[in-house]
Amino acid sequence: MKDLGLIADILGWAFIVSGSVFMLIGAIGALRFPDFWTRLHAVSVTDTGGVLLLTAGMVMQSPDWLIAVKLVFIGVFLFITGPTASHAVANAALVSGLMPKGEVMPGTTGKEAKAMGATSEEKSF
Amino acid sequence: MRHHLILRVITKLIVPPILLFALYVQFHGDYSPGGGFQAGVIFAAALILFGIVFGLRKVKRVLPPWLVIRLAAFGVLLYGGTGVVSLFVGKAFLDYSALAAYPKDGQHYGIIAVELGVGIAVATVMVAIYYAFASRPPRINDEDW
Repeated sequence: MKDLGLIADILGWAFIVSGSVFMLIGAIGALRFPDFWTRLHAVSVTDTGGVLLLTAGMVMQSPDWLIAVKLVFIGVFLFITGPTASHAVANAALVSGLMPKGEVMPGTTGKEAKAMGATSEEKSF
Repeated sequence: MRHHLILRVITKLIVPPILLFALYVQFHGDYSPGGGFQAGVIFAAALILFGIVFGLRKVKRVLPPWLVIRLAAFGVLLYGGTGVVSLFVGKAFLDYSALAAYPKDGQHYGIIAVELGVGIAVATVMVAIYYAFASRPPRINDEDW
């Protein structure tokens, strides 16, 4: 029983550290990638994975069953809502005509697209 | 809204657990962090999410505006009424220990009644604000942008 606790402890910390690394990679991607789509890709994928790993690690660290079950609920909720939120953001961008960097909306010339305000030029801020 | 298939499915999936969680926060408020205000906000958030995805007309069928206004008033009345009841029994305003034979029981009932009043008032006021903003006719048509 004591060994089982030790294994859970080590595994939990491994999950938490790897989840943190995921989140860090996502943050770097959000800052460094060139346009909206690549940034969204970096953030959404690593965010969902990182949160899942973090909650899994916390479940293994939790002292009793009630906390573990609550953490599982939180993990399931985030697993459903995170990708949905990413989908909503990406869908809104697609519908409003945002294209990847260097691409132009099919059926329009570059000038037209720029007049519509739907070019891929990222505003620098 | 026809093309928002994923949003509609996920909303259908997630609104009932949010409502249930709001009730949990409401009625567990005297044992753990949480209480009327938080529960009301969570409850209203579920209704507003439903309204955003499925349209104002459908959420108004669930919770019609006349009911929202009356429930908001009822929540405040429940809060104040609890205080007035303890006033009539002979203790101070909102002194819950007057509400039952044993002071401890009275405090228990009192906090539940007051938190229920706060929860109803907060949830319905949030929904009323959402109705007020969402029912405004848009000044510019979507096609004119």
